[in-house]
This record gives sequence, C-alpha cells and structure tokens, in this order.
Amino acid sequence: MGNMIINHGLTSFILVVWMSINIFLFVWFYFFYDLGDQFYYTRHLLGSWCACRAPAAVLNFNCLLILLPVCRNLLSLIRGSFMCCGRTMRKQLDKNISFHKLVAYMIGLMTAVHTIAHLLNVEWYNNSRRRMYDPLSTALSDLPDGNNTTYLNPIRNIDNPTYFAMTSLAGITGVIITLCLILIITSSMEVIRRSYFEVFWYTHHLFVIFFIGLVIHGAGRIVRSQQNLVQHNYTLCKDRIESWGKVAECPYPQFAGGAPGTWMWVIGPMFLYLCERILRFIRYTQTVKYRKIVIRPSKVLELQLVKAGFKMEVGQYVFLNCPAISHLEWHPFTMTSAPEEDFFSVHIRSVGDWTQKLISMVEELPEGTQGPRMGVDGPFGTASEDVFDYEVSMLVGAGIGVTPFASILKSIWYKFKDSDPKLRTRKIYFYWLCRETHAFEWFADLLQVLEKEMEERGMGDFLTYKLFLTGWDQSHTDHVMVRFDEDTDVVTGLKQKTNYGRPNWEKEFEQVRKENPSSTVGTFLCGPAVLAKVLEKKCAKYSDVDPRKTRFYFNKENF
Amino acid sequence: MGKIEWAMWANEQALAAGLILLTGGIVGVGGMFRGWEFAAYSIAAGVFVCLLEYPRGKKNKGTSVERTGQYCFTVCVKAFGPLTRNYYVRAFIHAAIAVPAGFMLATVLGCVCLGIASLIYLGAAISGEKWEPILPRTETRKAVGESIKQPPQNPPPRPPAEMRRKRAEDLEGAAYDNPIKVSTNDE
Repeated sequence: MGNMIINHGLTSFILVVWMSINIFLFVWFYFFYDLGDQFYYTRHLLGSWCACRAPAAVLNFNCLLILLPVCRNLLSLIRGSFMCCGRTMRKQLDKNISFHKLVAYMIGLMTAVHTIAHLLNVEWYNNSRRRMYDPLSTALSDLPDGNNTTYLNPIRNIDNPTYFAMTSLAGITGVIITLCLILIITSSMEVIRRSYFEVFWYTHHLFVIFFIGLVIHGAGRIVRSQQNLVQHNYTLCKDRIESWGKVAECPYPQFAGGAPGTWMWVIGPMFLYLCERILRFIRYTQTVKYRKIVIRPSKVLELQLVKAGFKMEVGQYVFLNCPAISHLEWHPFTMTSAPEEDFFSVHIRSVGDWTQKLISMVEELPEGTQGPRMGVDGPFGTASEDVFDYEVSMLVGAGIGVTPFASILKSIWYKFKDSDPKLRTRKIYFYWLCRETHAFEWFADLLQVLEKEMEERGMGDFLTYKLFLTGWDQSHTDHVMVRFDEDTDVVTGLKQKTNYGRPNWEKEFEQVRKENPSSTVGTFLCGPAVLAKVLEKKCAKYSDVDPRKTRFYFNKENF
Repeated sequence: MGKIEWAMWANEQALAAGLILLTGGIVGVGGMFRGWEFAAYSIAAGVFVCLLEYPRGKKNKGTSVERTGQYCFTVCVKAFGPLTRNYYVRAFIHAAIAVPAGFMLATVLGCVCLGIASLIYLGAAISGEKWEPILPRTETRKAVGESIKQPPQNPPPRPPAEMRRKRAEDLEGAAYDNPIKVSTNDE
C-alpha cells in the first residue's frame, strides 16, 4: 500500500487538481453567463446558451496545457532545477505524453459539446430572425446596427444557418479547426501511430492551423452583452417593446461583443513551443562526430558519438535525427554508455523503416569514415541515481528493458574502480530475462568484459548475474546436452550458466537474504508490469521488520 | 513499418465521420431544425457507415489488431464480396453518401469528414490495396510424413529374457545399467 502511494500518489494528485480546475471553470462560466444581467436578452433569444460558453472556457484552459508536455527541452530544464525536490516530483515529468493525450481527449470532448451547443444557438438565432418566436425575441432580433441602436442577433440576414456559419469569422474558423482536430485525432490512433509513424507525425502538424484558427475564432465578437443596463432596466422594459426608444426610461438596449479572450490563454505556450522548436533546430545544427561505428550481430548498430558540451546521467535517452533519411523525424534511443566515458553510445536495432535505412547506409560505408550527419537532442528522462544508494542492489531487466542497465552497470563499475564515494553499492545481483538472446549479444559481450575485469582485480563476487531464457525449445536443449561440461555457457559464452524458463523468485530472494543478512537491498526493475507486481510482493514478503536484518525496497523504473 | 497502408487511416477517418454524422443528425432531429429531413437521413447514413467501417481489414504487413467484437461485422461485410473488398467502390459509396448531409449545418461536418475519408480510400485503391477480413486462423494439423503409413505390428526382434539378463560374471558387457545399485537377497 505504501508503495502504491509512493508510486502513484503524486500522479493521482495532479490529475485530481487538473480535473477540479476543469470542473471549476465549467461551472463558473456556466453561471456567469446564466445569471449575468447583461446577458438577459441573449438568454431570452437562446434559452440555455451557457452550454457553449462553459466548454469554451474549459477549451481555453486545455489548449493552454496541451502544448506544454511536448516541450521536452523545457521539461528537461525544469527537471534540472528540481534536483533538490526529490525524485517523485521529477518522475512526473516523464509521464508527459500520457498527460498530453489526456488533455487531448478533454479538448475533443469539449469541442463536441461546444459545437453541438452552437448548432442549437445558430438554429435559434435564425428562427428568431424569421419571427418564429414571441414578440420580444422578434424585437430583439430586429434591432439594427444603426445610429442609435446596436444589434444583438449576429444573424443579420434571413438566410439559412449554413450560410451564416460559412460567412462569419467564428463559423468558418470553427469548422476549419474542428476538421483539423478530427484529422489529428484519427491519425493519432494507436494503430496508425505504431504502424505508420510518418502519417501521424505529419498530420499532427495541422495543430499549427488549429492554433491560428483558435486565436482568431473570437474576433467576430458574436458573444454580445448589454451595455446600458442602468438606463435600460430589463425587468421594466421587457414587456414594453413598442415604447423602446420613445420613452425616457426605456431607451434602446445597446449591445457590444466581448473581446476575444483565447489569445490571452494560449499565447504563452505557443511562444514556449516556438522556442522549443528553435532549440531543437539549433541542437540539430550542432556538430556530432562519430567516435566509432560497430555493426553487432543480429543487425544491431552501435554508434559511439561525441558532442561538445553533452552531459548525461545513467538511464537517460536521446533523440536522433538523420537528415539523409528523413528531415523531420526524431527517434528516441536509450543510451548504453556510462557518464564516466568521454563519449555516449546508443545501440540501434532494426525495427522499422528509419532504423533499417540507417543500418543499410552504415553498412555500405568504408572502414574508418564518419557516418551520415546526425542531429542529437537531449539527454532526456529522469536519471536513475537511486541505484547507487543501496548497499546491495538487485537489478532485473526483461527483454528490451536491459538496455538502460548497460549504462547503469558500466557506471557502477567505473565508480567502483575509482572508489567514488557516491557509490554505496557493495554487491549487485543482476537478473536478465529474455525470450531469446537474439539482438542482445552485445549485452552478453558487455557482461563478459565486466566479468573478466572483475576477475583480474580479484573482485569476482561484486557482480552476480543470471540469465533466464524464457523462450527455449528443443534445439536449445539439444545444444546444451552436447556441450554441458564446457566451462562457458553455450548460449552467451559467459562463465555463469544460462537458466531456462522463468526465475524462481522465492529462491532468488532467499539466496540474497542469506548472503546479505543485515543489508538494505534495493530492487530495480525495467520490464513488464506483471513482473513488477510479483517483485513488489516478494520484496514485502522477504523484508524483515527488524531494521538490523535484511530489508528489500522495490523501485519500478520507467526508463 | 514499411509502406503506408492508406486504407487503415481511411478506415479510422470514415468511422469517425460516421459517428459525427450520427451525432449531427441526432442534434438536427432532436432540435427539429429546419431541414430536419436531412438530419434524419444523416442518422441512417451514419449508422450505415459505422457498420461498414467497424470491422478492420487485415494488414498486409504485420499483425492486425481487431476491434472488440468485430467478428460478426466482419462476416456481414465479407458477404458482400467485391462490393466491400474493392476500395474504389468504397470511395464512391462514401462520396455519394456524404453529399446529402452537406445541405444542413448540423451535418455538414460529417459530410466533409466522410468526403476526406473517401479521398483517402481513393488513394488506397490507386495503390492497389484491398480489404481482407481478419478471420480466426483454423488450426491445420501438420500432415504426417509420407513414410509413416502405419505403426509397426510387431515388436523389434530381441534375444530371449534369459540371455538379456545381466550376468554376474560379465557386468560390463550387459546391455543396460541399473540406476540403483542392485543387491542380492542375502546382503
């Protein structure tokens, strides 16, 4: 329970705050337009028209919010300045895309409500114009825009609603931006995003048109309120239509449109986003040199890059852009090098168009030459420095989740060699779970190198690692049977033998507890949520209440 | 990833357009707008488009993800054969359906969305795409090799039991090993 509060408490709190602000805005503006005296005549014409103003307010707020989570450099800046405020705060910034999606759903919903309400409004305004309602409505609609009168009903001619929508500024911008929104939403569906990223990415740029249309949407000033409430009191005058303008206490009611307010909400985030794009462009122009290019087995490309002024922490990721392949695409990759090294490296698997093209381009290059021009943005992501705080660490990497651990293990080893005081770790247990080692041979190589170095220094038991192949089949067993008495493992070439199937966590935790009877053990997982639940339970089960004995702390990392 | 399959996006767009037509139609009829007949038409058109577009087609490359409960719709749509398989026909149908909805403000958005979906389907058709139903794969048993016609009738030839038993004087030459050490009764 405690873990749940630690892991999800702040997220839930932020969501509750966001939803409360939405509800507050909706209710506040609903009653503002429902109870305000200056809108009495408007309400008479339109019934309950506040149903369109309230969502408009919520839309303003959410359009402000939607641009912020995608300014990743701004978020990095905030993350950097929050170093003092604890990791839980900073980890919220990693959930930015989820928040962006949530805000997008709210915008979609509110747009639907707003549009439906306006459809009704336009229809009623039009009917009023056609004198289909009571005399007061007719009189109000007839008010001309003349010398001593101002109009209330924005429909000046008796035409059909579609004509009004297409000729008024609010109408035409509304239709265009709603259309953009629909296209953005349909191309952002998971199916399209995962399979045809380019369609998603390029269509998403319709948001530029969306925001421009949004800002000028209110410029037509068709939300009109009464200006001369003191001179023309509606309670007195609403039933004396014939005497308007002729009697002293009932001059014509004067109306004026409200100034457009949306620009005040969105101008800030629009400016910030513009800065973000400019910064990405600047980063893209900075020189990145290749220190080394290695083609690993199973079509994995390792790039070792050097960039002036680049500083990273363990477990962070960068975005790469290769203009030779595509000018506009930036793809994220977790870094596999340690901060102590003077370069940063990424391991790129061939999974899609972009990666395939990159690998084939690099394969054709002659030895020793620089690779294609590359832009690097980053680093991003919350660093996982907690790993260094525990005396004993259990690191569990499942499948592709093993990538950040390359960075972590290397960093731990460097710190250990240099006796870095920040490193409190004395012993590491590393569990590597994968269906097959295909595409991860480079990681096995890394473990081999570490194994060798540790043996040379006589620190053989600093790192204990176990590999679990969960996708073994008959050919595996045949292989193992033939070579079971060799020193190194048949699959990985490592000294420690490969285990088959899933780990027996009870046994593993027992072993760790036995070997470390009085330490604090930190458990770190990068893998599926199901495994997280299992490990959490085991940590709770094997922790001792007595602080002198072994205690397990579970950390779910979202690298 | 590979080449973009436009039909996938057209499908999402058309489904969204169907829902928008439906909503616009309901508003038009519910508020008894002028021209509500177009709204009533739009409700029917929206339902039709949703039913047609709900079952997702099979992707050429990669795994196709079904929508929840789309199997019965897949069967219905498949029954129309080339009318639903061919994307030129779909593009034309959507364009035709969209036109009457353009005559009323409440449904004009649905009309434009469906028009866009129709254009994307046209693009898909020009690229040579087709609608393939996602059907559950029937388990095909691997055909047993030709040489295995019948199991053998008789056991393999062996010497009689007395000869097969281990002899005390020739333990090494025996044909089998005991997993547990065997001792005689008087030990």
